[in-house]
Amino acid sequence: MRAFSYERVSAPAQAASRAAEVPGAKFIAGGTNLLDLMKLEIETPVHLIDVSGTGLDSISDTREGGLRIGALVSNTDLAANERVRREYGVLTRALMAGASGQLRNKATTAGNLLQRTRCPYFYDTAMPCNKRAPGTGCAALGQGAFSRQLGIIGTSDACIATHPSDMAVALRVLDAEVETVTPAGASRTIPLDEFYRLPGDTPEIETALMPGEFITAVKLPPPVGGRQAYYKVRDRASYAFALVSVALVRQSDGSGRVALGGVAPQPWRRAQADAALPDGANAVMSRLLDGASPTEENAFKIQLAERTLAGMLAEG
Amino acid sequence: MDFNQPADQNLFDRATVVGKPHARIDGLLKVTGTAPYAYERHDVVAGQLYGYPVGSAIAKGRIVAIDADAARSAPGVRGVVTTLDIEPLGIWNYNVARLFGGDVVEHYQQAIAVVVAETFEQARAAAALIETTYERDAIDVDLEAGWQRMQGTGEPSTQVGDVDAAFDSAAVTLDQMYHTPSQTHAMMEPHASIVDWSDGGQMTVWTSSQMIEWNRQALATTFGIEPDRIRVESPYIGGGFGGKLWLRADAVLAAIGSRALGAPVRLALPRPFMINNTTHRSATIQRIRLAAGADGKLTAIDHEAASHTLPGGRGENATAQTPYFYAAPNRRVIHHLVEMHLPEASDMRAPGEASGLMALEIAMDEMAEKLEMDPVEFRILNDTQVNPSDPSIPFSERHFVECLREGADRFGWADRNTTPGGRREGMWWIGHGMAGAYRGHLNLKSGARATLSNGRVIIETDMTDIGTGSYTILAQTAAETMGLPMGRVEVRLGNSAWPVSSGSGGQFGAASSTAGVYAACVALREQIAERLGVSDPEFSDGNVVAGDNVTPLSAITEELSAEDSINFGGFQTEDYLMATFGAHFVEVAVHVATGETRVRRMLAVCDSGRILNPITARSQVIGGMVMGTGGALSEELAVDLEHGFFANHDLAGYEVAVHADIPHQEVVFLDTVDGVATPLKAKGVGELGVCGVAAAIANAAYNATGVRVRDYPVTLDRMIDQLPAV
Ligand SMILES: Cc1cc2nc3c(=O)[nH]c(=O)nc-3n(C[C@H](O)[C@H](O)[C@H](O)COP(=O)(O)OP(=O)(O)OC[C@H]3O[C@@H](n4cnc5c(N)ncnc54)[C@H](O)[C@@H]3O)c2cc1C
Ligand code: SF4
Repeated sequence: MRAFSYERVSAPAQAASRAAEVPGAKFIAGGTNLLDLMKLEIETPVHLIDVSGTGLDSISDTREGGLRIGALVSNTDLAANERVRREYGVLTRALMAGASGQLRNKATTAGNLLQRTRCPYFYDTAMPCNKRAPGTGCAALGQGAFSRQLGIIGTSDACIATHPSDMAVALRVLDAEVETVTPAGASRTIPLDEFYRLPGDTPEIETALMPGEFITAVKLPPPVGGRQAYYKVRDRASYAFALVSVALVRQSDGSGRVALGGVAPQPWRRAQADAALPDGANAVMSRLLDGASPTEENAFKIQLAERTLAGMLAEG
Repeated sequence: MDFNQPADQNLFDRATVVGKPHARIDGLLKVTGTAPYAYERHDVVAGQLYGYPVGSAIAKGRIVAIDADAARSAPGVRGVVTTLDIEPLGIWNYNVARLFGGDVVEHYQQAIAVVVAETFEQARAAAALIETTYERDAIDVDLEAGWQRMQGTGEPSTQVGDVDAAFDSAAVTLDQMYHTPSQTHAMMEPHASIVDWSDGGQMTVWTSSQMIEWNRQALATTFGIEPDRIRVESPYIGGGFGGKLWLRADAVLAAIGSRALGAPVRLALPRPFMINNTTHRSATIQRIRLAAGADGKLTAIDHEAASHTLPGGRGENATAQTPYFYAAPNRRVIHHLVEMHLPEASDMRAPGEASGLMALEIAMDEMAEKLEMDPVEFRILNDTQVNPSDPSIPFSERHFVECLREGADRFGWADRNTTPGGRREGMWWIGHGMAGAYRGHLNLKSGARATLSNGRVIIETDMTDIGTGSYTILAQTAAETMGLPMGRVEVRLGNSAWPVSSGSGGQFGAASSTAGVYAACVALREQIAERLGVSDPEFSDGNVVAGDNVTPLSAITEELSAEDSINFGGFQTEDYLMATFGAHFVEVAVHVATGETRVRRMLAVCDSGRILNPITARSQVIGGMVMGTGGALSEELAVDLEHGFFANHDLAGYEVAVHADIPHQEVVFLDTVDGVATPLKAKGVGELGVCGVAAAIANAAYNATGVRVRDYPVTLDRMIDQLPAV
């Protein structure tokens, strides 16, 4: 870990403006991802802006009938929120499928959205990795590389990493929006489907946030109803990232929405795949995963995604 | 004490302390966080500095240059020693790769520098500033290619009868390939040491080691100094599983740092570094051929296996059990060592059998199915009471059949699912599986000192407690032998100042070291008798009783001390085959859509001689079952073929079983004793617990789904394309 300076800020706009003033600064919320990455010198901020005093830790109703989730609301509190449990059940289920109780107590909503990939080569600073060290290459695409966990769609020749968040998959299926404040003090709203960027040639750029831009909240539209489920497939029963995860909202007429985790650099959803839901899992996945380019080791994820959704539909 | 013939009826057959369920005497220290583990020994020596290791970024080659200038001038740094700064260190018998010194790189993350600073953070930050230039050599880390190369080469370790003829004439045969991956010990406490070698004279090492004397000898060889200049302490160990049998880089780098800077240095291996820097269990490729008559009797067993190693190492001999476990008149066993450039393969819990049974016990399941036999009955039919490769040698004790019967009975085996894929509950297929367990038993000479002081007995030995319960069973042994309550025995472990013991490993620790403590206590009893002028007294209820002459031990005011070792005679291995046995039964559920396998119920029945303490023994076996579950379903060190290393080198990427994976576990110990093994008639149990578990789970997964997976771990991607549509 490199030496860094540290300050606390008390207001969101102040966080953003300070971040723009100090080159190499980063926000720290729960610290459960950032500190691990700093210890390994995968992240090397010279200055940390502690945002835990910005007062963004409440959940409130919006005028439209949805929810506004403060950026600092912990994963535990969000999962336990009465309205979330009743009306956005897929979100509670996704959160509870992630990490462990202790981590969820610390992890924040914004931090969870911005957690970085779990690609094993990203974690090893002796290895080439375009995301960690742009231009060095991608070890995960090497001959005989270990790519079982990595992405199958939306990836590029430069990077095949996935975004590991469970929460974000549920937020995607719920059409959430990210609310921010820029260093200039302006607020803006970014729909989640525009929030994560695909890697292309620049896998180091992961989101639509501009330098210093600070997340203040995540907004959920009014509840969509239906039966909501989240199934996370993993080798062990807990404390593992998804091989594949499926967030499903299904209405009584058979229509609905599907998003996938564990397959792409962003929570993966397509309108034409949603539209095929009444026709079953195969119809959905042939549209949702059309154009997939898996490695030999992770090609099973295509079949796994379809079977997982089929299982969820079979359960009713 | 020489142990030259099987034990007769003795004091342990009437035991009142040994064999009883005493809670761990070190339990309170552990649950309150006050047991002093190596890295936390702030108080043992003043002025400790912090060391941080740097590892090679390549798998094989030469270091051309190391630029440590920036690190040397970083804040708080007191010094940096690089591998180019010193001559190659010596290599002790059981170490394979050089631990430090010189410019040759033998594996990824081999230690190449140590940074010493005033704080841990300063040392770590400075370590990242070191720039190394390498010359890379080509590498070979492809075990599959090695297996191909080895075909038709090598000498069988066992060759009995005419295997080929037996296959030609057999009613039923099986010929299958199995793969097990490399595994890492993943013990809780990383390798850690504090070393004070400030003046280059006497070296004191506070470390985490299973084997104090091996550690001391290895340090002596590595640094080219006399062993008597070295003292090693390791009273508490946060798990080892074989990973701490050997001297590793933590102690070596701390010693180098200490000598260079004239101050004690503490150093722990960081987890992501540990997995490639230290040892692991090698992957195996195994071909098993079985032949049987229509009656189900095996006529031939042919087991060929390969594992990998750095040149000069031992690999993982997956054929270890095959010469002995099942009867069959014709047998061929061969193990190939494939030299590769992965980190150092070495021992991990039940080296050999753990991997071998993962394959053999699937093969036995497959064979039973071909024969249309119950897999329990098939194993019973092929039991043997003698070494099947040399029938003149009997097993000292073997109650494998009882394990199978008792297990089948308790588990409700008769009600199992008998049609693969035939039982479903909701979204899960339910399957049942079983496997046999075999682990050889070995003793090592073991010594101790017993001291009578104010009516209390103090035991001192360099034996270690790696979480196994040594403190407790040694106290029980001394209490039994001296006729004292547990509260009047104190056990001191893990210090090279005390008599050399067996140490902990190879499941020899409990049986050997209790025998050593018994020997020391008998010597002390003789001294006491002599002092009291009585002959052949009884020691009971805190008294020395010789006829009407009753003397409380507390009445002996002077301190008496005796030291002895147990020396195991050649008869044990010349006249007998000693081993431990078990049977595992499991129920699993496999998700009908995803293929995820979850264990629902586990039962182990063990035959391993006298159980010295059912609490600590059970804890060993359930721990083994947990490890076996990880091995069955999730544990795999993933090899990167291009860079030659294990890519998933942390506990997020290497998935051991977690609480949610482990269901109800039941452990049954047969009431057996083995007088050939030790005076206490005890054998090992700590490694038996992991043997066979993974195969039982794999067999249950097959029983649930009808899809046979022969490669571990049994993950969903290995079966998903064969599962029926949802
Ligand atoms: C062992 C382990 C297992 C895990 N398992 C799972 C799992 O199964 N599923 C899963 O989804 N997650 C898992 N996680 C990840 C966990 O969810 C994240 O670490 C956590 O959500 C991050 O939140 P945080 O508040 O601690 O973020 P921090 O670590 O504080 O920050 C993360 C990033 O977000 C930025 N940031 C924080 N707040 C803001 C803001 N308001 N505006 C702009 N930028 C901000 C920081 O600068 C940093 O770059 C696991 C983590 C660990 C350590
Ligand atoms: S997949 Fe992406 S994160 Fe992983 S090594 Fe390649 S570039 Fe780096």
